[in-house]
Amino acid sequence: MMDHDALLSPFERMLETVAAPAAVRAVEAGGDTDAMWDAVAGSGFLDALVAEAAGGFGLPVAAVQPLWQALGRHAVPLPVGETMIARALLADAGAPLPDGPVALAVAAPGQTVVVPLGLVARHVLVEQDGRLALVAADGAEATGVARSLAARMRWDRLDGMLPAPAGGLRALAAVLRAALIAGAADRLVAMTAAYANERAQFGKPIGRQQALQQNLAVMAEEAVAARIASQLGCAGAWPPSLAAAATAKSVASRAATRVAATAHAVHGAIGISVEHDLHLFTRRLHEWRLADGSESWWNRQLGAQRLTSGAGSVDYVRAELAAPA
Amino acid sequence: MFDTLTLAALPAEDEALRPAIRALAAEAVAARGDAARARSWAGFDAAFSRRLGEAGFLGLTLPRRYGGGERGPFARFVVVEELLAVGTPVAAHWIADRQSAPLILRFGTEAQRDDYLPRICRGEIFFCIGMSEPGSGSDLASVRTRAERTESGWRVNGQKIWTSNAMHSDYMIALLRTSGTSEDRHGGLSQLIIDLKAPGVTVRPIADLAGDAHFAEVFFEDVDLPADALIGHEGEGWKQVTAELAFERSGPERIYSSVVLLDAWVRHLQAMGREDSATVALVGDFTARLGTLRAMSIACTARLALGESPVVEASLVKDLGTSFEQELPIAIGDDLAAHPDEPVDAELYRTLLYVTHVAPSFSLRGGTREILRGIIARGMGLR
Repeated sequence: MMDHDALLSPFERMLETVAAPAAVRAVEAGGDTDAMWDAVAGSGFLDALVAEAAGGFGLPVAAVQPLWQALGRHAVPLPVGETMIARALLADAGAPLPDGPVALAVAAPGQTVVVPLGLVARHVLVEQDGRLALVAADGAEATGVARSLAARMRWDRLDGMLPAPAGGLRALAAVLRAALIAGAADRLVAMTAAYANERAQFGKPIGRQQALQQNLAVMAEEAVAARIASQLGCAGAWPPSLAAAATAKSVASRAATRVAATAHAVHGAIGISVEHDLHLFTRRLHEWRLADGSESWWNRQLGAQRLTSGAGSVDYVRAELAAPA
Repeated sequence: MFDTLTLAALPAEDEALRPAIRALAAEAVAARGDAARARSWAGFDAAFSRRLGEAGFLGLTLPRRYGGGERGPFARFVVVEELLAVGTPVAAHWIADRQSAPLILRFGTEAQRDDYLPRICRGEIFFCIGMSEPGSGSDLASVRTRAERTESGWRVNGQKIWTSNAMHSDYMIALLRTSGTSEDRHGGLSQLIIDLKAPGVTVRPIADLAGDAHFAEVFFEDVDLPADALIGHEGEGWKQVTAELAFERSGPERIYSSVVLLDAWVRHLQAMGREDSATVALVGDFTARLGTLRAMSIACTARLALGESPVVEASLVKDLGTSFEQELPIAIGDDLAAHPDEPVDAELYRTLLYVTHVAPSFSLRGGTREILRGIIARGMGLR
């Protein structure tokens, strides 16, 4: 079995080099993405989920989850995780693999949807009526949200479609979002604890105030819950079961708003300023929460399935949401 | 942060214990309604505990030479999960099995181990923990009950309070001051095993708001104990108690206290054919969080299995878990009463109100929410 840490460290080092906050800001300001993309593509990780027979690493998604978390931890402004998912789906269907970043979208014909990172994608893998099509990312319109790289996009009825994965593309994207949220939440916990130890008021670091300590402890709990839920989402089958995807995205989305709120509360006014890096992470937490189904959407899916089961609650989660032995 | 808390699987050999313990658990609750089952680890049934002992389900983590199962924390997780999932009455052996036995194994002399551990494993002797005193709650280091050295051993004077199950227990492991004063804080504290049948011990049950009396006050008036009542090292009581807390705070009991109510509510929704979106989303929310908390509890158990003492991680799981346990009765009450024209059966109503009324204790017992968050904050590097 491959040592997953051996995989993560070089990936994380690469991100530290190419996706430092200044580089993230440059992309958000409309700068060129080629250098960052070439570094990521050159690392070979884009084919992490592609089967070995098709020239990929053939990694289980549980091994890829830490890489997705790292993308969140560095606020990487390119659809790297999305491209990993798209390339694996395309390779499975025997379709050619495109160059460049691929975004993911679920949209009925003629429906306008918000596509995360749509402004920096070269292609979009679109699920339409239960079928997939890879289309050029033409006609991406900015959302008008400051610094956001999401795009408003729509497609008429598409041709040449491949079968969608079982459970739909949204479930796969949701599991990715949960991992991104977990990564950014972890970064925010570390940033916020460090800031609380530095910033002094009333003659001592604000981190010595019990009121802040209590809130920071809850923030850490939420971040760990998001991480474990994200791991649950990636622990079993791929594509994930409804329960796995729903749990990952529901718990992570709930954590996203809470972690972002406490991060800002502790940082005070400086955290609202554009100069401070806090918003690189908190803005993304909110975008990812809204993408691919919020906590309530996934809760409804999961609740409906749960109510069809005669099992007790412990048996239900044991059967649906456990790490495989 | 807290990266060691990571997804872990229950080993197959421990999962294999499930069918047998499940059968025993089902038998134990067959004649109990939901309101009785919701009492679970406050439910005392000595005969059931002895049956568990006979079947080899107590002292699972202890060596065989003391009558234990020589299994790891994962085996105990599986057994405890099965017992709590359906609300079996586990109070009798609960403390002895969870923390007294591991404490005696770790800090006791060979003679103490030989004396107590086999009887704990058979479900013959029950323990309680003497920590809180009238003036010492969260500030545990301020305990004033004293044990003075005598020619033959120790003499204890003072009082413990809020001791769960003291009136049904044979022994108390008490945190006592053996030197200095309460100003010495963590220094001068020791743990002693007190035979609750010894002359000078008085146990008075305290009635609670739910109509039960599960905790008690315990008075010590010139209680003479033998020298070997001391467990571990004199003056190291604080360190020993801290080590105990990782066992106490990370288990499934910190996420399942309201699960009997949750199941009763789900059955109600199914019987009513309820499909309104607010309710369905609530069911999904509880399911997602329960599954995540269970995975967090198993992740903590994995650290115990590695021989670590994950005090901070256990505090984190307990705080999140008890918040969930407390939210359940509030949200379920709202859901039921948001459908005022729907019949709610008497047992579900009793169970809801029982859990609602005792739920505040979930974040008091085993360390209050505020204390746990302080521990987590220190673990985050805040001072």
